[in-house]
Amino acid sequence: MTDVERRAVISGIGQSAVGRRLGRTGVDLTIDAALEAIADAGLTTTDIDGLATYPGAGGGAGPGFSGPGTPEVQDALRLEVNWHTGGIEGAAQLAAVVNAVLAVSAGLARHVLVYRTVTESTEQGSGGRPGIGIGGGAGGGGGGGVPRMSGVMQWSIPFRAYSAANWLAMNAHRHFHEYGTTPEQMAMIAVNGRRNAGLNPKAVYRDPMTLDDYFASRMVTSPFRLYDCDAPVDGSTAVVVSVADHATAVDHPVARVEAVGTALRGRPSWDQFDDMTTMAARDAGAQLWTRTDLKPADVDVAELYDGFSFLAMVWLEALGFCGKGESGPFVEGGHRIALDGELPLNTHGGQLSAGRLHGFGFIHEACLQLRGEAGDRQVGAAVEVAAVANGGGPIAGALLLTREG
Amino acid sequence: MSRAVPFRVQPALDDDNRFFWTSGQDGRLRLLRCGSCGYYLHPPLPRCPECGSRELAAEAVSGRGEVFSYTVNHQSWDGDPEPYVIVLVALPEQAGLRLTSNLVDCPADEVRIGLPVRVVFERHDRVWFPLFEPA
Repeated sequence: MTDVERRAVISGIGQSAVGRRLGRTGVDLTIDAALEAIADAGLTTTDIDGLATYPGAGGGAGPGFSGPGTPEVQDALRLEVNWHTGGIEGAAQLAAVVNAVLAVSAGLARHVLVYRTVTESTEQGSGGRPGIGIGGGAGGGGGGGVPRMSGVMQWSIPFRAYSAANWLAMNAHRHFHEYGTTPEQMAMIAVNGRRNAGLNPKAVYRDPMTLDDYFASRMVTSPFRLYDCDAPVDGSTAVVVSVADHATAVDHPVARVEAVGTALRGRPSWDQFDDMTTMAARDAGAQLWTRTDLKPADVDVAELYDGFSFLAMVWLEALGFCGKGESGPFVEGGHRIALDGELPLNTHGGQLSAGRLHGFGFIHEACLQLRGEAGDRQVGAAVEVAAVANGGGPIAGALLLTREG
Repeated sequence: MSRAVPFRVQPALDDDNRFFWTSGQDGRLRLLRCGSCGYYLHPPLPRCPECGSRELAAEAVSGRGEVFSYTVNHQSWDGDPEPYVIVLVALPEQAGLRLTSNLVDCPADEVRIGLPVRVVFERHDRVWFPLFEPA
């Protein structure tokens, strides 16, 4: 049994304002989140000796997706770092956190600032979300200015499968076909998220949503309706990953990293993966449980990626909270996944209702819940173990966090 | 049967993919196949990932398949408001071999997983896009 993970803790968390079209730059939002996280960790900028982000500058999949790269943030905060990294390849957005854990464990850094910043709402403006590779509103026959596709995207985008919404909708239909999953079941991910978002002052969509409201929302790409798709926002989230012995130096509980899941054993492809109903979550989820003595039943709260509602169902199965193919019945009616249910899910509202902070909103919320600082949406005083998962399709990463202190 | 030809983002043709995107000139769908072990490679690679051989050549396949999954797209990503069907087609030549494509000449409410389909090509200048229609 390895204990690489357990040499690191998340000692501090921070988050900027989160909202639609804030009109602020990514680096401005990042500074807010970073300074809050550093102070929360009981540190100052001079203590930070590592820096990590996802995806880094230029890792773009559309306007406002990347956020500032590490050089820009390092300079803005005048950090002196011994280790730094940014990149889009790896175990989803959580790769940046996992890399920080490894750097701390290896002794390359003592306190790593890890951040993820999006300005998708401001940069998309009123034009809506573009398809990958086509940009906003580039349609209409000639295609002037639209680049020709090479690499892996040439196998999907020329067939007008522009967005991850299109690709993952086919995963969802396959799941429906193989396991009898229904739209009413999938809807509960969105309804549950909205219910929780009503208790989260920073969530962007807080008005109650009924099942009827869900089915009244327009179809985007079947079976995904508008409310199955997350909401682009502006915002930055930061955490400080520290050496474990720093836990005693802060005035609040910290999140110990109990286990990571980073595996990718199937083909790294949206359409050639062996099992369309799970994809990479299967591999990261299975690996995570090989690195801990804890079991799925020990988890008190689950913060699972819902860039599309269906992905949270994939993660419920991949992390063993229900059997394979059984996520539909598991979430049906929404009782099990409610704040007072057996497995509270996406307690801040998820990306569907709290906003698309793109992965890092889940780790921030998991830390709040472990620390008992989640306000009206706090699951209870006894949150000892939290599961966090990011990604969909051939992209997946997972963390198991425990409370210390 | 005539139908509106939509806008399509074009592939950048190169020596590795030209065979695929121009294969429809004679109405046949072709994939790269290993001459040593018979494995179909998609997307193309310089060596067979199964046996390591470099004896790879484009080979015509039946053009038949079935809908492995699908989505009816309603979002106007490219400015065209008309819904269209994106399919993942399972090809019978090899387990797990699939193509993302479009289902054409089929009402959107009649697409289902398991629907038998056959290839049909839509030409845009020097590219023949392999699409599928009900067989």
